[in-house]
Amino acid sequence: MRSQIEGSRAVAETVARCRPQVVCAYPISPQTHIVEALSALVKSGRLAPCEFVNVESEFAAMSVAIGASAAGARAYTATASQGLLYMAEALYNASGLGLPIVMTVANRAIGAPINIWNDHSDAMSQRDCGWIQLYAEDNQAAADLHVLAFRLAEELSTPVMVCMDGFVLTHAVESVELPGATEVDRYLPRFQPRQLLDPDDPVTIGAMVGPEAFTEVRYLAHATQLAALARIATLATEFRATFGRPVAGLVSPYRCTDADTVVIALGSVLGTLKDTVDEMRVDGVPLGVLGLTAFRPFPAAAIAGAIGDAKRIVVLERAFAPGVGGIVTADLAAALPVAGRTVHTVVAGLGGRPVTRASLRDALTAAAAGTLGPLTFLDLDERLLRHTAKEAMA
Amino acid sequence: MTPTRVKFYQTGSFAVGNRLLPADLRAVQSDPTRTNSLTSGHRACQGCGEALAARYVLDAAMRASKGRLVTVNATGCLEVFSTPYPETSWRVPWLHSLFGNAPAVASGVAAALKAQSRTDIRVLGQGGDGGTVDIGFGALSGMFERGDDVLYVCYDNQGYMNTGVQRSGATPPAARTSTTQAVGPEPGNVFGQGKSAPLIAMAHEIPYVATATIADLRDLEYKVERAMALHGARYLHVLVPCPLGWGSTAGQTVAIARLATQSGIFPVFEAEDGVLTASTPIRRHVPVEEYLRLQARFRHLFEPERRADVIDRIQAAADHNIERFHLLSGEG
Amino acid sequence: MFEVRIHGRGGQGVVTAAELLSVAAFHTGRYAQAFPSFGSERTGAPVVAFCRIAERPIRLREPVLRPDAIVVQDVTLLRQTDVLAGLADDGQVLVNSGRTVAELGLAGYDGRIFTVPASELARAHVGRPLPNAALLGGLAALCHLVPLAAVVEAIGQRFPGLLGTANVAAAAEAYHLVHAQLKERSHA
Repeated sequence: MRSQIEGSRAVAETVARCRPQVVCAYPISPQTHIVEALSALVKSGRLAPCEFVNVESEFAAMSVAIGASAAGARAYTATASQGLLYMAEALYNASGLGLPIVMTVANRAIGAPINIWNDHSDAMSQRDCGWIQLYAEDNQAAADLHVLAFRLAEELSTPVMVCMDGFVLTHAVESVELPGATEVDRYLPRFQPRQLLDPDDPVTIGAMVGPEAFTEVRYLAHATQLAALARIATLATEFRATFGRPVAGLVSPYRCTDADTVVIALGSVLGTLKDTVDEMRVDGVPLGVLGLTAFRPFPAAAIAGAIGDAKRIVVLERAFAPGVGGIVTADLAAALPVAGRTVHTVVAGLGGRPVTRASLRDALTAAAAGTLGPLTFLDLDERLLRHTAKEAMA
Repeated sequence: MTPTRVKFYQTGSFAVGNRLLPADLRAVQSDPTRTNSLTSGHRACQGCGEALAARYVLDAAMRASKGRLVTVNATGCLEVFSTPYPETSWRVPWLHSLFGNAPAVASGVAAALKAQSRTDIRVLGQGGDGGTVDIGFGALSGMFERGDDVLYVCYDNQGYMNTGVQRSGATPPAARTSTTQAVGPEPGNVFGQGKSAPLIAMAHEIPYVATATIADLRDLEYKVERAMALHGARYLHVLVPCPLGWGSTAGQTVAIARLATQSGIFPVFEAEDGVLTASTPIRRHVPVEEYLRLQARFRHLFEPERRADVIDRIQAAADHNIERFHLLSGEG
Repeated sequence: MFEVRIHGRGGQGVVTAAELLSVAAFHTGRYAQAFPSFGSERTGAPVVAFCRIAERPIRLREPVLRPDAIVVQDVTLLRQTDVLAGLADDGQVLVNSGRTVAELGLAGYDGRIFTVPASELARAHVGRPLPNAALLGGLAALCHLVPLAAVVEAIGQRFPGLLGTANVAAAAEAYHLVHAQLKERSHA
């Protein structure tokens, strides 16, 4: 049954159907609506048995999730922006310990300057923390990916972040088919932890590991991520069979087969991008769009397969690495043979600046005409820059 | 014939041998079937007060929980010396996550057990003073105010010994550490700084707060048993001298802990729901100087010249404790 | 696609209005997307929310830049921000005011601006001057896209009981007032 529902509430209802046993929460915009809704579900008894723990920081939120997961509970939390950074140490710990925690990241910029609006700086900053990262294109995907995330996390014993654009998705009310409780139960078996804190079989979890084995631990972490590439694709197929609708697995190609130029992007900007490409296709510009659902692991082979012989790649980035440029671009360059292709980075929508069809059309027109530079900041306000420069001189 | 006074105690203690007690009053450690929760073979230094305390705490907690115990450990000496991969000294379920999050991780374990209806299993968190009173303090306070069903034990050796003896919020005034060096006109740690974690714990009005030392291990066991008989957030703060960090000989660890209590510099007490309910009276009151002299971290108070001014300030602090916790009001 | 922009002040239910409009459209079998202008605005600050309605799934995520309809929940905003910016050539505007368009100095715009005393209707029916439900009723008269019945259903679903009934009454009265203005103008 479809509902006209806020993205955050859709995610909360879906997470509840995944039957987490411990949910911990610390408020930060724009994630708060999700845990608020979950707190009501627990308090009212609709989600039971479940402990809802109001913690004193994001660091504690992840730590409570770590303890809960190690004790065999399905654990969930949500955060954004500064909160994700504040739990950074615990993120590495959760993945290092192989704890299948699922967390929503309501993507938001990182300060200073403080900014509560959407971009991908938060999740991208944690790209190497060993978590799987899945990005939702719309609220249907945001809901569905959580079901897939719990299954994936528990199968591989590794934590998964579901990234959904803050405000743009979390606060958007649109039609979502909530995953049915029966189907979720069919798709997501009971959590069987690989290791468990159990007096009947005491184990030591989190021992100190020296140079003699640390490299091997990291190698295995990489192997887990590579194993996830295959699992994500399979689980997406299985999701379709169970729920009767597709969920994007590793990548989602759109009009790529005959495209000269393929635009690669993550998250909610894909919708606007597809509308823009449709408009430009009418004018005869052979464009395609490739959405990345999985960013960690990086789906290099799926990308290579989807972009085919496209001569030009535009990577639309919602975050960037100062002093380098595009973050996704760098991964792409490392993963793909780029010889014979031109790769452009377009940094767009930082700190909530709207990414409009008009601006995208300008950039893509320039790309198709071969006049787009290697690194472009979309809608950069030159007047503001001159003003700032003048202030600095004074 | 002149009667001879029989001394029941050795090394100056008043402890009576277990064999004179009925079986149900004997120490957990005297039980040959005790769990040995922290078993031999670990890598602690000779004379480590923390290893001794942890063994007593965990075996008592294991007995109190009938073997249904899960432990969470902060980063620190205890974690490092007990789990050199691929070995472990722990014979209890044991989880180490990070330095600053042990109370929160323990809260998570407790929440999971509650959600799974495994409430027969009890949770014990443990860490050093750095992990407890400094970097983990926010998590500890959060665990306290939520009333999570966890006994948290702080093994206080008054500094960051694992990283090379740096100052913590539990380091006493005038003590030399590697970040409060014994140089300049006011050598060692600064006066007027530091905090009492037990008193702050009491301010949370949690069911049980107690202090103990390794000088009175039977008292330590009793306090673990008492804490385990209650539910909710409970806090036990144990003074554990560190030969490395304090500059004392390995054989004097217990004696130094005893002098800490006998001088009044470390008050031993219990509190329930935020109210002081009992304090252990000093049985042989000593000046703080007896305590300080055994530790190289205070050597600059005696060499090259005696710093009476500084010693007097430390004595004043001990006297304040004696008054505040009524340490000389009972038998003296 | 039909795009609506709603202006108001924090606390006036601007975001709720956009959401209810989307729910009403959803009930008529259409696709709809409602979203706020994502600020950290406090009570009383200018707030904007958007709603898109279409026959097909909506992928677009940019703000509504060329609204087909604009709702102004607080008449004082007319002097403070360019609330009519980007109005589509045949777009319509509904202002919460007991005064006429001429009295507000908005006589231009080819008669595409309408007023309705939504706060007063709310005060009369609900007991509080929360104009959003009444304005949705007025908007239903203007746009035809979402019938009054769907608006009523959305309001009732969101506010069960007496509060819902009162808001529905305010919406219905606003609908009829705007409907009457439309008729009048078509005869003029």
